[in-house]
Amino acid sequence: MQTNSSGSSSSKPWSQWVMIAIAVGYLALVLLLPAVNVFYQAFAKGFGAFLGHFAEGDMQSAIGLTLFIAFIVVPLNTVFGLFAAWAIARHPFRGKPIVISILDLPFSISPVVAGLMMVLLYGQQGWLGPILQFFNFKVIFAVPGIVLATAFVTLPFVAREVIPVLEEIGMDEEEAARTLGANNWQIFWNVTLPNIRWGLLYGVLLTNARAMGEFGAVSVVAGNIARKTQTLPLFVEDSYKQYATGAAFSASVLLGLLGVLTLVLKEILERKTYRKTT
Amino acid sequence: MAVAPFRSWRQPLGYLGKISLPWRVTIGYLAWMLVLPIAALFGKAVTAEPSEFWRIATSPIALSAYEVTFVTALGSALINGLFGTLVAWVLVRYSFPGKRLIDAIVDLPFALPTAVAGLTLATVYSPKGWIGELLAPFGIKIAFTRLGVAIAMLFISLPFVVRTVQPVLSEMERELEEAAWSLGASKIQTFVRVTLPPLLPAILTGVALGFSRAVGEYGSTVMIASNTPFKDLIAPVLIFQQLEQYNIVGATVIGTVLLIISFVLLLLINLLQAWGRRYAN
Repeated sequence: MQTNSSGSSSSKPWSQWVMIAIAVGYLALVLLLPAVNVFYQAFAKGFGAFLGHFAEGDMQSAIGLTLFIAFIVVPLNTVFGLFAAWAIARHPFRGKPIVISILDLPFSISPVVAGLMMVLLYGQQGWLGPILQFFNFKVIFAVPGIVLATAFVTLPFVAREVIPVLEEIGMDEEEAARTLGANNWQIFWNVTLPNIRWGLLYGVLLTNARAMGEFGAVSVVAGNIARKTQTLPLFVEDSYKQYATGAAFSASVLLGLLGVLTLVLKEILERKTYRKTT
Repeated sequence: MAVAPFRSWRQPLGYLGKISLPWRVTIGYLAWMLVLPIAALFGKAVTAEPSEFWRIATSPIALSAYEVTFVTALGSALINGLFGTLVAWVLVRYSFPGKRLIDAIVDLPFALPTAVAGLTLATVYSPKGWIGELLAPFGIKIAFTRLGVAIAMLFISLPFVVRTVQPVLSEMERELEEAAWSLGASKIQTFVRVTLPPLLPAILTGVALGFSRAVGEYGSTVMIASNTPFKDLIAPVLIFQQLEQYNIVGATVIGTVLLIISFVLLLLINLLQAWGRRYAN
């Protein structure tokens, strides 16, 4: 048969090979070459030059801030995501698609608009500005603003991954545990959590990747003050603008490795859950 | 179960105490993180006089920024509609060496921070970069032009079409195509009449998702573009520039326009998905 995909490769018609070549060529041009270029540029002046950039104080503090932001935001949105997924998946109600759409909003709002909202809410002239000023608590152009902006853009990931898993496993085991006298916490910890763990980890992984890599929303609220509010992605842009491409690409290697690690773990988790996400 | 039924949520305040803990956390967090910021934007927008709002929203620089943003994003999303479908087709229907790797790489734009994407695209497509230097002799400049914006939008919107078409394609019954062939339809006829119609909602959903993402994109586009008004300045960058100049009202007005467009796109995407589900049944 002409289009049998399991047939030996030598028997494939040339049209198949042309299509494969076009698809792979397109991906190479748009995705692969740019990704390889990050590592090539970073090591173009030798491994020593690459390592040298990590001795710079600005870069070190940017790495520290990025890790700190992820350390706050990932647990926060994981806890929220679990509560939201439980609330939405475990209660049948009519407006479910609407609630899920609301949950998805941060994905469709431009990161710059998200940052702007934070400025309008927490900034000096913002709604909460006077109260925050009274307590002398600075949000915009400070670390709390970066946390809030990052929490906004990464809000849906965990819930979005856990809801379908919860719906698929159903409530039988949970109800069985309840009849046997388990309380809410015991049911969650011993029955639900083991069942949803791969989906949950997947959501955490996506949250972390976005939290460490977010640029637009953070850029608006951070003010980009070196060693104070400069995250690693902001450091990349700032170095590039100041023609310090060596430093920009060295920092990019770290973020690129984060991306590669995310993809590898994603593959592993997808194999565990036997599904492809959209 | 100890958790209260959702019904109680719609009842008056007295029942508030009966809402289960998960719902209280969900509603509280969404109200704080999502509703309050959106309300702050709309709240600021309505403080502007309608005529003033209209003047800023339709100023020449804003109109040109919308045009650059939406036309370029639509072009990129449509190109990805074509190539993304091809990639999904090749990944589902054919086997070839390195297929797993190619499949994993499709998700790269989700995993790679946009600042890095912008930096490397600006380098690769600059006149001295790997691809830019091949095009420079023909007088084609990509980085720091509108074409560069298009390349960045292609990059970030690519996974959407592939990942929406792939599952639909792998669940499709091949027997229908084989039946069409055995009844004498040509390969092209079979594709257009039998294979394409059920794929169409998925392709359009992917295009709409990619378009929505491309319209809002900032990180990669700001680095590859020259951000010159009336040339390659996109709406998100315009908002950023207005904020930098402490023009809060200007930023708010254009931000509100973008937000309303995001809402409309989200509605469109939901309708497309509902259409796709009807096909699946």
